[in-house]
Parts: sequence; structure tokens; C-alpha cells
Amino acid sequence: MASPEPRPHAVDLDGIAKKFGSVVALKSISLSVGDAEFVCFLGPSGCGKTTLLRIIAGLERQNVGVVGMAGRDVSSLPPSERNYGIVFQSYALFPNLTVAQNVAYGLETRRVPRARIAERVDELLDLVHLRPHKHRYPAQLSGGEQQRVALARALAPSPSLLLLDEPLSALDARVRQSLRLEIKALQRRLGITTIMVTHDQEEALTMADRIVVMNHGVVEQIGSPFEIYTEPSTLFVARFVGHMNFIQATAGEKPGWARVGSVELRHRPGPRLPVGSRLTLAIRPEEILIGPAARDGENRIVTRVCAIQFLGAFSRLGLALPGETTPTLECDVAVNALAEVGVREGAELPLALKPEALRIFSDGG
Amino acid sequence: MAILPADASAAAIPDSTVRHRLDGQTVLRYVLIGLLGLFLYFFVLYPMSQVLWRSLLDNDGGFIGAANYVRYFSTPAIAASITNSLYVSVVAMIITVGLAFVYAYALTRTLMPWRGVFRVIAMLPIFAPSMVQAIAFVFLFGNNGIWTRTTGINIGVYGAKGIVMAEVFYCFPHAMLILIAALSASDARLYEAAAALGASRLKTFFTVTLPGVKYGLMSACFVVFTLVITDFGAPKIIGGKFSVMATEIYNQVIGQQNFTMGATVSVVLLIPALVAFVVDRLVQRRQYALVSSSAKPLEPRKNPLVEGGLFAYCVIIAASITSIYLVTLVVSLVARWPYNLTLTLKHYSFDAVGVWTRLFGTVYVYTPLLNSIYVSLLTAVVGTAIAFIGAYLVEKCRTVASTPLYMISLLPLSIPGMVLGLAYIFTFNVSGSILNRLYGTLAILIISNLVHYFTVPFLTATTSLKQMDAEFENVAASMGVPFYKTFWRVTVPIALPSIIAISMYFFLNAMVTLSAVVFLVAPGTELAAVAVLLMDDAGDTEQAAALSVLIVAVGLAVRFVYWLAMRRVTRRAQAWTQTAPDQLTVMGTGSLA
Repeated sequence: MASPEPRPHAVDLDGIAKKFGSVVALKSISLSVGDAEFVCFLGPSGCGKTTLLRIIAGLERQNVGVVGMAGRDVSSLPPSERNYGIVFQSYALFPNLTVAQNVAYGLETRRVPRARIAERVDELLDLVHLRPHKHRYPAQLSGGEQQRVALARALAPSPSLLLLDEPLSALDARVRQSLRLEIKALQRRLGITTIMVTHDQEEALTMADRIVVMNHGVVEQIGSPFEIYTEPSTLFVARFVGHMNFIQATAGEKPGWARVGSVELRHRPGPRLPVGSRLTLAIRPEEILIGPAARDGENRIVTRVCAIQFLGAFSRLGLALPGETTPTLECDVAVNALAEVGVREGAELPLALKPEALRIFSDGG
Repeated sequence: MAILPADASAAAIPDSTVRHRLDGQTVLRYVLIGLLGLFLYFFVLYPMSQVLWRSLLDNDGGFIGAANYVRYFSTPAIAASITNSLYVSVVAMIITVGLAFVYAYALTRTLMPWRGVFRVIAMLPIFAPSMVQAIAFVFLFGNNGIWTRTTGINIGVYGAKGIVMAEVFYCFPHAMLILIAALSASDARLYEAAAALGASRLKTFFTVTLPGVKYGLMSACFVVFTLVITDFGAPKIIGGKFSVMATEIYNQVIGQQNFTMGATVSVVLLIPALVAFVVDRLVQRRQYALVSSSAKPLEPRKNPLVEGGLFAYCVIIAASITSIYLVTLVVSLVARWPYNLTLTLKHYSFDAVGVWTRLFGTVYVYTPLLNSIYVSLLTAVVGTAIAFIGAYLVEKCRTVASTPLYMISLLPLSIPGMVLGLAYIFTFNVSGSILNRLYGTLAILIISNLVHYFTVPFLTATTSLKQMDAEFENVAASMGVPFYKTFWRVTVPIALPSIIAISMYFFLNAMVTLSAVVFLVAPGTELAAVAVLLMDDAGDTEQAAALSVLIVAVGLAVRFVYWLAMRRVTRRAQAWTQTAPDQLTVMGTGSLA
């Protein structure tokens, strides 16, 4: 995915490691962020994503490693000399200053003439649609509006890099959705390199050009949202991003086949494992075929419907494999298809697991 | 994309971190932290080490180990001061906390009328030196007191009895404030649950109310105990031959010029104060967890019978407090209490102790009072700056020095004033030392005050800084705004209510304190509270009363100005925050203790 242009990367991390006392937060992280790219650090809490962002910002100091920006080593620069704007989950707006004063805050020390500051403030408040509120105090705004002010304030000094630390986590679901789109559109329009930290995979999938999935201080996978969703490279990524069915199996005698109970299933080509060794097969609920589509597919098995969960546009079926009583598979079915196939609780349901959709992970990694 | 998932273990990662280049701002921060460290070293640690050291020497400077302690404990006349101190402290503590609890309960848990008035009246002792209570009791119950003369019954007020009486009134507001805070932080849901389970009022009181305020009660006990055991003014005036540790230090140092024995008693006096302080800190840490953030405040309900009883109780307490100040005022205004009750201003001539200073034209001011106002003003300004900036440096500029600086900043709260004063004699009254230049100046009085009262403002500032978003400084740094600009434009305005409360605390305490400064005043730098003591010593009790009246008047006037300032600040702050009024109710009361 790295662009072939000779232009230096906006951010280069090389071998970043960080520990707090004896607790290792980051183990030798290296990655690059391209110019004008929107990159998300995604991972569960405690995976080190925020620490990594703060190291880039200079708010935390790494034990080893080099932080580069636009081809320059900035590892030894204090935060004030790194030229970035930052937005925190808590907004961190100055409560005693008005919206306009907050946005102007970073401009005032730069010897910008007063009239130019006022112009720039209006420009930014237009960008986040808050110009009518410019004389209000932060406490008089909603959470979403406050976060937009924080965004305008971070962008005001025209930084070359925008850092977002869980910017939407404190907001309620509806506001979060609309602000996602707004931030993404703004980033496109300004063409500003952006790094966002989030634990919300949906947020990362919808906003990022590239996602860095992290766990326990290491990078599990880097890729486009599509790659991360369709080609998770580790069991952790498969578990963390999107919904996934996992089937415990053993490696079959034929390469490319695995055994689940008495059934043999063909799966995606993967690492060749010794016959009989334990492995995990994974398939997304929407990739399981039922009804007419399943009739002539490969990997046909007959399951029993244990539960039907109505989720609006589709229903999620809980399915038990042959010889089992508890559901191990979940399958998403559109509401009209449900009636067509005639799914009932307790009834048998034949289905096909497309070999191309059946991912394979060796157990233990 | 180069990924190096090298599974580095903790040992493989070096302990040191990549250093940032030193910029001007960082250097400035380090310099300020260094200055705070120097201040605390020269005015807290070094003087205290001098007291400890001197207690191991004889009066010629020879090292004699624990011989002073052996002498202290084996000389009955001096050793009695330990048991005497503990006795009056415990008795005064029990009575004060008991009385204050009922009073605070009435103010917070009932709807009886005049609650505001009762609260204001109970605050009066904050504005007076502890001597005033003692002087008033002498006028009431002393050998020539009005009670003794009209009834012919001499209750024997000189001694333990008088000390306890004076201390109860002196400490009452401190205990009341803590208990009001504890009783206000209640959870109505617990009371609803108790009522739903059919508990009686009495049972609810013992199973819900008391457990809910137990930490507040303990805290009040420690504060009162410490106040009493370290107080010098009241026992000096009314103690007679009943010697407590604070007066013993004074007798040894001023009376017998036995500095090493003074140091020895000081070290022993440090122990109970230090223990009370440590236990109180541990207790307070637990209190925070007691009321959850989802708690519903309790709305008191009408109950005429209980209210009637409590109202009568509050009237009696408030009347007693008022009468003390009324007696002092009347004594200062009549020719010769209680024989000749003609009104006169002659006791305000202050001709026994100290001199008068010409301000301008024919306007003269009594020098000790002027000194006191001047010293209190500077203590308030300088002390607030040091305490707030110090708390900012410790809280917001995390370095390896943060924790030690924080610990040393807590220390002054457990140093009795007498001990601090003696420590400063040892430190600054050394001929040939550069520190000697401070001795005998008003500056040393200001320094001793701001160290003596440093801890509570420092903690108040820390609390208000902790409430601010930790990312303010980071956001500012990302935009290249220097930290001192953010400090001035954001931190100070947000903390303004606390800053005002802190400066008021410094001013009022500096105005009434006696214990530390009694060792440090010199000809020309007498303070009003010290003058009160000297007048009383010289037998000019009416003049002592008159000067006390003026001290209280200055305190009340300043309190009024602060009230106006606080009101303005709150109004302005209301536009942008809901938390400012909360801070006010806790700290705008005159005492932070």
C-alpha cells in the first residue's frame, strides 16, 4: 500500500518500544503513514495504541526507537516543535474562553495580526458549522459541538499532522455517526495527514484509509479496511474486527481439507499443517449460504436451528452442527429470505460453507 | 511496510527514555521547581533539623545524646506538661466535637429557621486569637469576674478548667465546618431504604447517619486535638500554674533561656501532632469512597418537635459565643470592669506596649496593629502565589522531584507554631550567617506565617488543579503556546475561587496567630496578637481586650471584602462552569481547616 512516490512519509516510526516500570506497553513498532493519509490505530484498551499516539505527539517518551516526520527525525523535539494538532476524548476545551477564543488560542502566540486571526477563526468555525456559536462558552454547547470546536482549534494553526485520541468515544451513538462522516469529509477536503486512535472497529472501518490493528503492544496487521475485514491475518484480528464464526477442527489428510467431527471441509489455501493438528476455521455470518444457494455448493452440512434473533433488516440464526445441541454457528439471513427458506426453531437447515470464505488459522497464532 | 514484531521482553528494553532537547520552557520549569525545593529546604527541612539537633546538645553546644530527654521525663515539674497537654486536649476534643456535631446536624438536617445566622455566629472565633476566649473567661469567671462577684462562687477558672473552656470555643468553628461538610455529603437513598424497611428515627440515626459521618467525626477529632495541643495563647492567659507543653517551651526559652530544653519539649510535642496528622490523612483517603457519585442529596423534612429542641440548643450555643465577644467589647469600652461601667475609649490608647506610627498628617496608627495588617497582607499575597504555583509545579510538571516536594509540603501542618518559631530562632539567629539578616525583620514573620499555614492552601490548590483536564497543557504545547501563558490565561481564571479562598485563609490566620511569631518579633516588629499577650502579661487586660476587638474588626472587614470579591468571581464564572459554586460552599467559609 505504500505509495511509490519519492515524497517522504508524513510519519515514520522505527522500532518504537516503551515500558512503564516493568510493564511493556509497546514492543518495537515500525510503520509509516503516507502524506494525506487517514490511519487508524485500532485495538482493545491496553493494547498500546494511545501510548503510540502520545509518543508521536511527544507527550510520552519512548525507551527506544525513532519518530520521523516528513523525513526528519523529531525524536528529541519537545511537543511544541513537532507541528501537529491534537484532539482528545475529553475535548480539553478551555472552559473560561469562548468558542472563538479557544480556536484563536494557538494563533495568538504566532505573531499573526489580529484581523487575520479573526478571519481564520471564522473560516474554521464555518468549516465545522459553528460560526453562530462563536461567542458561547464550551459548557453551553453539546458534546458533539464541543468536539467540533476542539477539532477547529487543533486545525487553526495549519498543522501538517492531525492526531485524534478516541475523539468520538464520549459521545452518544447518533452524534458519533454523523461526526464520523464530518471528520472524514473534512480530512479529505483539507488533505491533512491524520492518525486516529480508537477501540471501535466500526469507526476504524468507516473512516480510515488504512488500519493498524494492535494487541499487547505489537502490530497484528496493517491494511485497508477491506483487507482487514476480508483477509484478517491473525486469529486476533479475525476475532476483533467484525463478526466471525469459529469452528474447531483438525487438519485433514488431503491438503486444503480439515475435519470437523465426522465432516470433512475444504478451506482456503493456508499454511500446511501436519495431519491431525488442531486448527480453527473461520467464516463470517453473512458468508454462510442457505436455501437454494446452498443446494449445489461445496461443503454442505445439515445444521439444526437453535435460536432466531431478530435484528431488524436481518435475523441472526443460532445453528448447531450435526451431533451437537448448542449453537456454534451464527448465520445472518435477510428477512425476506428467512420466509422463503422457511426457517423454524428446531428445524433442520442445510447450508454450504464456501471454501473461499472458510479461513484457516493454526491454533496458537 | 516494515514490521518488526520482535517479541521484546521488558529486560530487552532500556530503562532510560529518549531525551527531548531542553528548550527554554523546560529550563524555566526546572528552575521554578528548584526554587520551590530551596524554599522548602531553607524554611522547613533545615530549621526542623536544627530543632532535632539542638535537643541533643547542652546549652554550650556539646553533644550529650538523649540526656535532655532523660531530664525532661525525670523532672516532675516539666514532665507534667505532657500529661497536662494530653488531658486538656482529649477533654476539649470530646466536648467540642460533641457540641459541634449536634450544632452541625441542626444546620444541615433540619429546616429550622435562622440556620444562616447560626452558622455565621459560630464562625466568629475564626477571627480572633485563641487568647480572646481566655481573656473573656477571666472577665466572666476569674477572681474579679462578674460571675464570681455577683454569685460569690469562684469556679477556679485558672488552670485546666479554663483552658478547656477557652479551647472549646476556639475550636468550635473548625469542628463545625468539617462536620457540616460530612453531614451534607449524605445519600438520601440510604434513608429511603431505612424508612422502607421500617427503621425508627433513632435506629436510622445509629445505623445510617452515624456510620455515614464517622470519617468526618474522626477528622474533626484530630483537627481539634491538634489545635488544642499546639495552642499557646489560651493556656498562657488562663492556664495559671497549669503548665502544658506549648507554654513549657515558652517558659524554657523566654523565661529560663534554656534553648536545648525548649528544643527537647518541641520534639516531644511534634509526636502527637505528627501522629494525629498521619492518621487523619489515612482516614480522609477513605472518606472519598464513601459517597458515590450517583448519590441523591438528602432533603431534610419538617419535624417540629426535633426542630424545636435543636433550635433551643443552637440559640444557647450561639448566645454563648456571642457573649464572649460582647464581654470583650464591653470590657474594652468601660472605665473599669466590673466596678465602673462608664463608657470610655481610654483602653484604646495602647500606651502600655508598643508605639504609634504616623501614617500621614495627624493620623496615627498603633504600630503592632499596622504591622499585623501589613504582615497578613503580604502573607496572603506571597503565600497564595507560592502555594498555588508550588502546587501547579508539583501537580502539572511531573518530575522525580514531585513526590518529595509534595511530602515536604504536607509537613508544616504537623509542625506546632511554637516549634516552628523555635526552629527559626535556631536557624536565623546565628551571628555571622547570611540567614541572620532576616532575623528581627517583618520578612521573617511573613515567612514563618506562610510556612506555618502552607499545607492547607497547598492541598486546596492541588485539589482544584486536579479537577482540571490533564490535557490542557498538552493541547497548549501542541499549538506551541508556552506553559506560563496557559497558566495565566486558563489555569488561574478557572482556579480563581480557590485562589481567593486561599489568600483569605492566609490573611485571617496571619492576623490572629501568636505561637510561631511570639519568638520572632523584635522591637519595632511587634504584631497585634503578641501585643495582646504582652499587655495581658503586664496586667493591662482591658487594653488587651481593646486590641483584640480591633483584631476581630479587621478580620471581619477583610472577610466582607473577600465575600464581595468571591461573589463577583462566582457570577462571572457562572457563565462558563457549574462547579465554581460548589467550591465556594466548601472553602468560602473563612477557614480551610
